[in-house]
Amino acid sequence: MINNRYNQLFNEESSMLLDIQKLQFAIYDLSLYLDTHPNDPVALYKHNMLTQQLQQLRSTYEERFGILSIMGNESGNTWRYINSPWPWER
Amino acid sequence: MFIYEKKLQYPVRVSGKDVRMAQAVLNQYGGADGEMSASMNYLTQRFSMPLNETKGLLTDIGTEELGHMEMVATLFKKLIEGATKDELIAAGMGGYYANHETCPFLLDASGVPWESKYTQAKGDPVADLYNDMAAEQKARATYESLIVLTDDPLVKDTLRWLREREIVHFQRFGEGLRLVEEYAGRQKYF
Repeated sequence: MINNRYNQLFNEESSMLLDIQKLQFAIYDLSLYLDTHPNDPVALYKHNMLTQQLQQLRSTYEERFGILSIMGNESGNTWRYINSPWPWER
Repeated sequence: MFIYEKKLQYPVRVSGKDVRMAQAVLNQYGGADGEMSASMNYLTQRFSMPLNETKGLLTDIGTEELGHMEMVATLFKKLIEGATKDELIAAGMGGYYANHETCPFLLDASGVPWESKYTQAKGDPVADLYNDMAAEQKARATYESLIVLTDDPLVKDTLRWLREREIVHFQRFGEGLRLVEEYAGRQKYF
């Protein structure tokens, strides 16, 4: 029972993290394009849309599972940042 | 400054341990054309870039390469984890294990340690950007060799993704070079 609940939570966490990774990758790739095309309105628009989505998803994730960077706001009463799994342990 | 994000840029998965492949992928960690060399190249060269476009580009690609180092190190760790004594010795990794156990270390696939001679910073933006375009092509070629060396579809997936990034970076550096050459033409300082 406890294991099932743990697995379910871990699955939710990893699928949410994957969504964050997807958004961040799209934002990163668009940023490299914008570095050499700083006046492209379509790329700028896409970048803004995706960063807004990321902000929302990220704050939901960090509230539930802990912060992804030490500049985040730990809303719980323990420093969940150090919890496993670390990126190379997934 | 740099702030750590507790996630990989792209997931790294393996079907199982493969010590020979672990040794091969180390080439993209501490090899001449590996991610360490790429990152140190770009993050250093940006100090002599004349244009904001190329300052941004070298900063952002240099930062992404740090993330690729983390991915390659993760791939190494997952491929070597749980290897038995016999598997390590059969793959020629006994000496490596004696020195580093299963921790990734900055060596190429033949065991040569990383050195700053692998990087270039001429202080000349045209020379540096040509160097960077060549570096991306050499890294692409290495990833293609690594893809040939494995049958694991999950390892291939990660390597294919890293190979694609080299192509995107080559494209962006080419655009940066064009901007720098246009700028240099306007200056007429020769």
